[in-house]
Amino acid sequence: MSFEPKIVAFFCNWCTYTAADLAGVSRLKYAPNVRVIRVMCSGRVDPQFVMDAFAKGADGVLLGGCHPGDCHYAEGNYKTLRRMRMLNRMLKDMGIEDGRFRLEWISGAEGEKVKVTVNDMVAKVRALGPLDMPGKFKEWDKEIEELEAHVNSDAPTEVAHAR
Amino acid sequence: MADNNANKQQPNGLPRIGFYICHCGSNIAGTIDVADVAKYAAGLPGVVVSRDYKYMCSDPGQEMIAQDIREHKLERLVVAACSPNLHEETFRKAAAKGGLNSFFFQMVNIREHASWVHEDKKAATAKAKDLARAAVYRVRFHKALEKQQVPVDPNVLVVGGGIAGIHAALTLANAGKKVTLVERESTIGGHMAAFDKTFPTLDCAACILTPKMSAVKSHPNITLWTYSEVSKVEGYVGNYKVTVKRKPRYVIEDLCVGCMECIDACVFKEPKFADKFNQGLGKRKPVYIDFPQATPKVVMIDPETCIQFKTGKCKKSCAEACDRKAIDFDQKEEVKELQVGAIILATGFKTFDAKKEPHYGYGKYPGVFTALEIERLVNASGPTSGEVVLRDGKHPKAVGIIHCVGSRDEKTNKWCSRVCCMYSLKLAHLIKEHSGAEVYNFYIDIRAAGKAYEEFYDKLLSEGVHFIRGRVAEVTDWAMTPEEEGKLVLRVEDTLAGFVRRVPVDMVVLATGLEPQADAQEVRRRFNIGCGNEGFFQERHPKLAPVNTFTDGIFIAGACQSPKDIPDTVAQAGAAAAEALVLIDAGHVELEPNTSHVVEEECCGCKSCVPLCPYTAITFDEAKKKAVINEVICKGCGVCAAACPSGSIRQNLFEDEEIFSEIEGVLGK
Repeated sequence: MSFEPKIVAFFCNWCTYTAADLAGVSRLKYAPNVRVIRVMCSGRVDPQFVMDAFAKGADGVLLGGCHPGDCHYAEGNYKTLRRMRMLNRMLKDMGIEDGRFRLEWISGAEGEKVKVTVNDMVAKVRALGPLDMPGKFKEWDKEIEELEAHVNSDAPTEVAHAR
Repeated sequence: MADNNANKQQPNGLPRIGFYICHCGSNIAGTIDVADVAKYAAGLPGVVVSRDYKYMCSDPGQEMIAQDIREHKLERLVVAACSPNLHEETFRKAAAKGGLNSFFFQMVNIREHASWVHEDKKAATAKAKDLARAAVYRVRFHKALEKQQVPVDPNVLVVGGGIAGIHAALTLANAGKKVTLVERESTIGGHMAAFDKTFPTLDCAACILTPKMSAVKSHPNITLWTYSEVSKVEGYVGNYKVTVKRKPRYVIEDLCVGCMECIDACVFKEPKFADKFNQGLGKRKPVYIDFPQATPKVVMIDPETCIQFKTGKCKKSCAEACDRKAIDFDQKEEVKELQVGAIILATGFKTFDAKKEPHYGYGKYPGVFTALEIERLVNASGPTSGEVVLRDGKHPKAVGIIHCVGSRDEKTNKWCSRVCCMYSLKLAHLIKEHSGAEVYNFYIDIRAAGKAYEEFYDKLLSEGVHFIRGRVAEVTDWAMTPEEEGKLVLRVEDTLAGFVRRVPVDMVVLATGLEPQADAQEVRRRFNIGCGNEGFFQERHPKLAPVNTFTDGIFIAGACQSPKDIPDTVAQAGAAAAEALVLIDAGHVELEPNTSHVVEEECCGCKSCVPLCPYTAITFDEAKKKAVINEVICKGCGVCAAACPSGSIRQNLFEDEEIFSEIEGVLGK
């Protein structure tokens, strides 16, 4: 079976969530891989939410807000932009590839853009393959355990370094 | 309906959850296996009742929920159906009916976000299960909340003084509400004031409009501010603070009686400057009034052309002529503030710029006119007193009207402007009546859908107006035959006859389409509403909330929402006024309780949140060294909650644990 990525999306109530509703009303068809979580403003999205989604097994995270200047709450999306640029650097350091996290401005009228964005993202994440952070955590935990076991045992420390 | 509810025991103190999934006829059930989802949900922790039903939003559906809440002692409710934007309120009420706090409820959107957008039934069902699980996980953490009630200011602002704004203002004023009508131009009346006759009845536009204009002026409940623009809007539903700039007209409005003696006395003996109201076909002086029935009937001075403003050396004969001393060269812009509970936007449209279709020769051949110019030419109070003449004063013998200029065209505007067919028929009739010329209509389809519209088209056919079905390729003065010399030739494929024709005429009329106002984007930002892709203001729902916007308390009416004719505009203006009345007469509004608050004992006093709030709802209590959120000012975006490093800011309905459990839910197995 081919790999089907799981993508968690955070959509702001006023623009992107409405756009996704519009895509529905217009019966546009797009990939079924995205699970939308509604927030009032993209500015509510704590970078921890994105990290948590990856940690719990998401292959991609999509964040949708109003276009710059159009935020229902005046400037929430600017705050999102600032936070997410920082988050992007951090994700890179963690080995999470570009394209797994995406921030898009989609207005309430852009149902078509929801379709295009979702399809594009699903295709790109599918090409990247599974992220499987939970699996990686297990691996890392195992490595740490083994390291600790080595440190606590009488084995020469060089062996631990050599790993 | 499957029974998934055989005496389920509730373990480990989780709240008792009821799960309901809607078929929505076949809208959901056609793509999603609802029985399977219901069965799946029954096995989720905490779920004691799980049912599917044909129409959850129907009375029996809601009654079923209410009854289950009582019978099964439900403590939480999850409904998987359409978008919360459509039926969240419905199910909150159903919860309340069963005796449950409305906010112990979570809605799952499996119609707009799943069944309508996916074709793969298996994948759509899996998605529905994921979303259902997320809601079940999340709803455990919901808290009992109450909606906050705030009083509504009973005053209304209407922006735009065309027929839509006039009708809305009068309706509200007649209902006893105080209305401020703000109009950008120096007079109200809008586009309709420029028309001679209206289709299909051919009644005189002025005769039906000007009484309404003067009713606005004299109504004790209406404050009319013309030559004014809204520059700032603050606040929220029921409590808007609006700043209006009143531009200087250099004439004191309260003193001027509109005798127009100043115009006669102006040092310019003859009108010299292009008259905007007459589409530049007539002339005016630097001191002028748009048209005799302008409301308010107050003259104004154009500083761009007035000698006093340009050189400071005019003998100011206009001021001398005014015995009421109404002329004030030093008048300054005034800034006014007002408090209103509701706002109606009726800012209208602009017509398509015909120069963007250069093959029709507007601006190149003097014989090419826009429809609005012809409206002024056929108007008895227009620059030619109703005589249809070319720019050189000659009478046209043949006139071609090109339909759909800037409408139904991939290259310009895709939409049908809805009024051009009918106004073209009207103008054809009037041109024929006023000049006796042969009139040719070049059309794609005649769209005469309206009461008595098709009959009007029939009438035109019987009057001997010619109809040629085909989109005109170009207007040219290049003659191929002696008969075409000195004429404008329309090249067109006659798609009914099946050959290309050349039709020589003296006058070409371009039926330009309707577009959003040039500053529609700025205006919508000012009022915090949305625009559709075409740039017209976005209604809340195309069918069920056509005059509401996504911002409560702000309504739209007329052609600012989409192109429409006068009857539809008036109907919509009435609807917008009624919606505003509903809001005001309720006396108060209930605000969503999704505001944020600070858990005092957890706040570390870092002040990170204070500068983030766009509404300055967060202050810092210096004595306690804690942040404080004013929940009346808070609009519930949650920006502060996301930023708080100690996690002490909680946003109702969007608390961290609610969102984290939702993330866990969508990704869980």
